[in-house]
Amino acid sequence: MTDSYTKAVNSGFTKTLAKKLGLPRPAILRRFRAGDPLTVGPVLVVSDEASTRDADTLAQALLGWGLDVRRQPTDDTRWGAVLLVLTETQRPTDVSAAVLATGSVLRRLATNGRVVTVSRAAADGDAPALAAARNGVDGFLRSLAKELRSGATGNGIVLTDGADVGSTSVLATLRFFLSARSAYVDGQLLPVGPADAAAPADWDRPLAGKVAVVTGAARGIGAAIAKTLARDGATVVCVDVPAAGEGLARTANAVGGTTLQLDVTSEDAGRRILEHARTRHGGLDIVVHNAGILRDKLLANMKPAQWDAVIAVNLEAQLRINDQLLGLDGGEGVDGLRIVSLASTSGIAGNKGQTNYGYSKAGVIGHTRATAPLVAARGGTANAVAPGFIETDMTSSIPFATREVARRLNSLQQGGQPVDVAEAIVFLAAPASAGVNGQVLRVCGQNLVGR
Amino acid sequence: MATRKPSDGSPRSTSRRNTPASSPSAPAGVRDAVIVGGNRIPFSRAGKKYADASNQEMFTAALEGLVARYGLQGERIGEVVGGAVLKHSRDFNLVRESVLGSSLSPQTPAFDLQQACATGLEAAITVANKIRLGQIESGIAGGTDTISDAPVAVSEGLRRALLDASHAKTLQARLKAFAKIRPSDLKPLTPATDEPRTGLSMGEHQAITTARWGISRAAQDEVALASHQHLAAAWDAGFFDDLVTPFRGLTRDDNLRADTSLEKLAKLKPVFGRGLAEPAEPTMTAGNSTPLTDGASAVLLSSAAWAAERDLPVLARLVDAETAAVDFVHGHDGLLMAPVHAVPRLLARNGLTLEDFDFFEIHEAFASTVLTTLAAWEDADYCKTELGLDAPLGSVDREKLNVNGSSLAAGHPFAATGGRILATAAKLVAAKAAETGKPARALISICAAGGLGATAVVESV
Repeated sequence: MTDSYTKAVNSGFTKTLAKKLGLPRPAILRRFRAGDPLTVGPVLVVSDEASTRDADTLAQALLGWGLDVRRQPTDDTRWGAVLLVLTETQRPTDVSAAVLATGSVLRRLATNGRVVTVSRAAADGDAPALAAARNGVDGFLRSLAKELRSGATGNGIVLTDGADVGSTSVLATLRFFLSARSAYVDGQLLPVGPADAAAPADWDRPLAGKVAVVTGAARGIGAAIAKTLARDGATVVCVDVPAAGEGLARTANAVGGTTLQLDVTSEDAGRRILEHARTRHGGLDIVVHNAGILRDKLLANMKPAQWDAVIAVNLEAQLRINDQLLGLDGGEGVDGLRIVSLASTSGIAGNKGQTNYGYSKAGVIGHTRATAPLVAARGGTANAVAPGFIETDMTSSIPFATREVARRLNSLQQGGQPVDVAEAIVFLAAPASAGVNGQVLRVCGQNLVGR
Repeated sequence: MATRKPSDGSPRSTSRRNTPASSPSAPAGVRDAVIVGGNRIPFSRAGKKYADASNQEMFTAALEGLVARYGLQGERIGEVVGGAVLKHSRDFNLVRESVLGSSLSPQTPAFDLQQACATGLEAAITVANKIRLGQIESGIAGGTDTISDAPVAVSEGLRRALLDASHAKTLQARLKAFAKIRPSDLKPLTPATDEPRTGLSMGEHQAITTARWGISRAAQDEVALASHQHLAAAWDAGFFDDLVTPFRGLTRDDNLRADTSLEKLAKLKPVFGRGLAEPAEPTMTAGNSTPLTDGASAVLLSSAAWAAERDLPVLARLVDAETAAVDFVHGHDGLLMAPVHAVPRLLARNGLTLEDFDFFEIHEAFASTVLTTLAAWEDADYCKTELGLDAPLGSVDREKLNVNGSSLAAGHPFAATGGRILATAAKLVAAKAAETGKPARALISICAAGGLGATAVVESV
């Protein structure tokens, strides 16, 4: 479902024409297919001097995944990815050689190539020079991602609280950023903390044996989430309002799951979800809060019903369900729960006509951070995914000109697909991602607005 | 085949008082058939939302919602049984074709069955009996009907001419066959629900019964009002959240008039019984008669073990069933009075009385059908002479009658009604038993064209 402009500039006569005219040429993004190689070519692993040991550890991991790993930049290949390791950098002057080595291969970075940095977060008590070196990576990566072309992306892993570079969570994040699963994630730095997690037996089926609930699963992004969860091995409970039952049944039958026709704003929604998952599937491991509504209106024209409905569905329902699933309502709750909520770039950068929606989505980010320690106490995580412009029925109803502008205003010059959002959710929900907690992962092609 | 002692046809007295808390379990060699749950599409008045939906599409949709609710994708079900009352000849394998279009395993066998408005319940009885005998572990019973997409046939003259022409071997013979066609033969034949032996519509038949039993217009309108109010309340309470899956954008039964009132119902003109001899006042209106409706329903039944293996919930068990027929042709009994005969036999066989039931689901073909049924069971003379009982069968507590509405409000797609009622009854007894901690029981009664009737007992597990 690539948009027609992207199709045109990537094939036949229109491709030649677009090249000659110097028109922007968004790439056709490579997306995950079981059996495809992890990267599109060899991986260059570079580091500053102090980080060599960590770079070796990561290179060994990549070799274990069957990748062609090189340590020297040469110009005899199309690089699939560059891994820039700066974990032990002490001063800003330390990174020069490694950064320039990265730059030396960018012209030979393959279509849909990847640049991934691994660094440590600046922390309270860091020496000023150390903090500068660590924080510098942030601005470096975001700028570099904007320079990459042809569907290549740049993302960073930021180790927090002394997380071990060889830990499963770091490797799971690295694998996600290197793979086609992160096709529309660009310019993002994801903090990863220390955590006990086991690597999956099969990286292509990280959710085998897990039970997941997706709200708003009848269509669009929710249906894509259900399908992607099921593809990666989960049993999926598909939840939506009774009125959306026809599409919900279609989703459930496509993924071999079950339907639960339920209004997420009902008082006992969380308890009913838990009861269904327990009695029908033996437990609950993952909940994806995807159900959401839009009631766009300038605040000056906003009716109470328009404001209240958005807050009730997009925010209050998530809070109440989480309370019930985590036993904060006095109930028993579940251990080890992975919560992933849908936020939005509207909740980060704001959007005219969406004060209600923006409030609700920024609220989601707020409660995700606050829920993280609560759910961690029971061995789980709470994260959010903030989609940018995603090609759905909803966005296809935006007037052409507005849509075209919104779609191109990002480093990848195109809208994302529902599956791109779903891939990020599956990554956050996987057992190996235990070290990622309380984070907001943007799936926006590095949208020019917001972080 | 069955080890159960057949009914001797002469019911014993049902005045017994010490009834068991729970009906006796299945006889030796026969096991329980349990009801896991049901699914239907919202029912729609003919010619509206489902105007261009076929029986096959509707029944497939009902199956798909059931499959999705219970995670039956790729499952080989023991048997899917259902049917349609108004059926195209091309739909000879309607149920099997629907199964093939569903997410069930294509190795799921299926067959069509038809018993007029009792089709859906009869399908469930058939499936339950197969389960009880151990012939299948699981089964789906249901039905579908469309008035909007009803088959239209050609006249007998045209049909004969077309068949002759197709058999003709020469051009001359073919022309000769076509030459027999008369202009009047070109008029299409639309299906009628009139009784073939009397030429009377079901409504006219019921009007005779209504008059014979002296059922008032006001009493009928009260039944209709209660049906709408009960169904609306059930929808609002979310009762149908796990019994209905929307179809073609319709999310609720569109015949439902939550805001109707006795005043509004009283304003409607009678449509049946206008030709009755004085002093009978015509009392049956569009408000207290079921409308022509499109829809489909399906119910999942199984052995208790099959459900347990799949972690499926069990709402109830289908304890027993009885069908009956009456001689309406010679005017001996009303067309829709057969369930009145079936129920005493069913109760006697199971050692039950009307007082042993928590719910009565009496199909509202017409409001007066329900009322004549209740009146007949209270009538000493009728019970003695027609039903062979020593005493009246008894009264039905109106508080227990069609508590979540019935066909007057939901509409009545003939073959789909049985599935609607059975799933509703199963959910009602399950909820009641969970609430009280005691077994709960429902009696189902469905009248049908041809003087037929099917009845069943459903009990919580």
